[in-house]
Amino acid sequence: MNRFYQIVRKEWAEVFKNRFVLGTVAFLPLMAALLPLGILYFVSSSPDITNDLEEIPSSFMALCNDLTGTECMQYFLISQFILLFMIIPLAIPITIASYSIIGEKTTRTLEPLLATPITTAELLGGKSAAAVIPGVVATWLAYMVLVIGTALMGVGSGVMDSLLDPFWLMAVFVVGPLLALTGVSVAVMVSSRVTDPRSAEQISMLVFLPVLLIFVAQMAGLILLNTQLVLVMAVVLVILDAVLLTAAVRLFQRETILTRWK
Amino acid sequence: MISIEGLTKVFDENTAVDNLELEIRSGEVFGFLGPNGAGKTTTLRMLSSLIKPTSGTAQVAGYRLGEDDQALRRNVGILTEAPGLYDRLSAERNLAFFAYLYDVNDVDGSVERYLKLLGLWERRSEPVGTFSRGMRQKLAIARSMLHEPPVLFLDEPTTGLDPEASRLVREFIEGLRGQGRTIVLNTHNLDEADRLCDRIAVLNTQLLAIDTPAALRREVFGRKVVFHVSELQPEYEATVAKFPFVDAVEAVDAKLVVTLDDPETQNPALVAALVNAGAKVQFVGEIRKSLEDVYLHLVSNDEEELERGDAT
Repeated sequence: MNRFYQIVRKEWAEVFKNRFVLGTVAFLPLMAALLPLGILYFVSSSPDITNDLEEIPSSFMALCNDLTGTECMQYFLISQFILLFMIIPLAIPITIASYSIIGEKTTRTLEPLLATPITTAELLGGKSAAAVIPGVVATWLAYMVLVIGTALMGVGSGVMDSLLDPFWLMAVFVVGPLLALTGVSVAVMVSSRVTDPRSAEQISMLVFLPVLLIFVAQMAGLILLNTQLVLVMAVVLVILDAVLLTAAVRLFQRETILTRWK
Repeated sequence: MISIEGLTKVFDENTAVDNLELEIRSGEVFGFLGPNGAGKTTTLRMLSSLIKPTSGTAQVAGYRLGEDDQALRRNVGILTEAPGLYDRLSAERNLAFFAYLYDVNDVDGSVERYLKLLGLWERRSEPVGTFSRGMRQKLAIARSMLHEPPVLFLDEPTTGLDPEASRLVREFIEGLRGQGRTIVLNTHNLDEADRLCDRIAVLNTQLLAIDTPAALRREVFGRKVVFHVSELQPEYEATVAKFPFVDAVEAVDAKLVVTLDDPETQNPALVAALVNAGAKVQFVGEIRKSLEDVYLHLVSNDEEELERGDAT
């Protein structure tokens, strides 16, 4: 446990001195909180917003039961942005993790590190945690900013209720971190196979595709995220993460990384 | 302390280390000499359980390779070819990180001790990226010793350093002698090997020779003694050659160059014989072959043999 913790500490001490990574960690969640707040403000102050209600997919309209036209529009827009809070915990850890293994190799610190009694599980576990935690915490903080900002804006209670709906909370606080872990496992696996951080990041970003598909499908009204779907996603991700983490440890070939990389 | 039994490493179809057999004693400073690609770094990597041997095995500090690699790594310190330090972290943070990984009890005390020992204490808070190459190398040496390993592997410790930094590193290694630690040194620097190592193994994928530097000189070239004689006469050569312990005699300019095994006990008889024969012996000295001569002789012979083998 001590070595795991030391890896996390060292990663953070290093990573947060990298302006690009620091910028990614701060910028994305901030945008995810401020953008919907700005749009909510615009919608609240726009008198003819109800004319645009026909743009909302009918499957979503069914959820608007007792909400006014403006509230329904606000709820719809907020729902689209909450999806961002599932994507951000994926983006930030991939950026950090892509640099972690390859960074060790390019700065030639991997050999002395592997010469210590550290196990592969401790090393990769520490690196994964160091990548996941900042992304997840930043996302949660941004979500809180969104909730507080929305409340301060004085939107209808129906919209506030939707923001605090258990299934959205589960999406942000459970599915988000699980997605982050998926992204990191893939990034760790990829970065122990390729030789530069950019390739690792680009290949790892492919993990985004299924999440983006959900995003687009929801916007197009093809699917509607609900409690059942979020629960299914959570269960699938738990299994997937367990498989990916085990695979990442098994695929991490110390000898190959030390002797074949130039 | 280190017992190597038939250690072999093959990468694809390239044999990096071929059936290495040797023993390294406790407290010894042992050197591996060899050209690039001779398998020196691969050997150190196998002995510190960073890579697995293709065949053969070794016992290091009481642990057999592949059986308890974590315990083995805990008992071994390694200075890798590149210092491999975290540039954005301070010297102190770099060492503390590794001290924790090695489960050092008093991390702060140990870090302070080595930073002071290597003259880096004043700059402990500065990022390592601002350090000179010599300072980085010293810090990397400190890192390899934080956990007080009984076995220390140093891979090219002075390569790329300026003469002053090299001297500092050499003096530090010299200072470690007598502390009971077994030190294994990979080096290209023959003068360094000659000065630091108790024994040397010349490696070119296979083990070519192993002994003390002095013994290697003797084994390869024999010992040559030069007798400076005024007015050298042809019969002096015969006078010396009649002794059974003399391997060869050669008259060069006004000198007799004699090859023998044990000049310390055999020289007096030769001097007496020459004086009896009427020679005026001015002085006697030994021609010392450098370790570089020994190394080049061994390696070039090995390469010639390989070429002959390929031709047939």
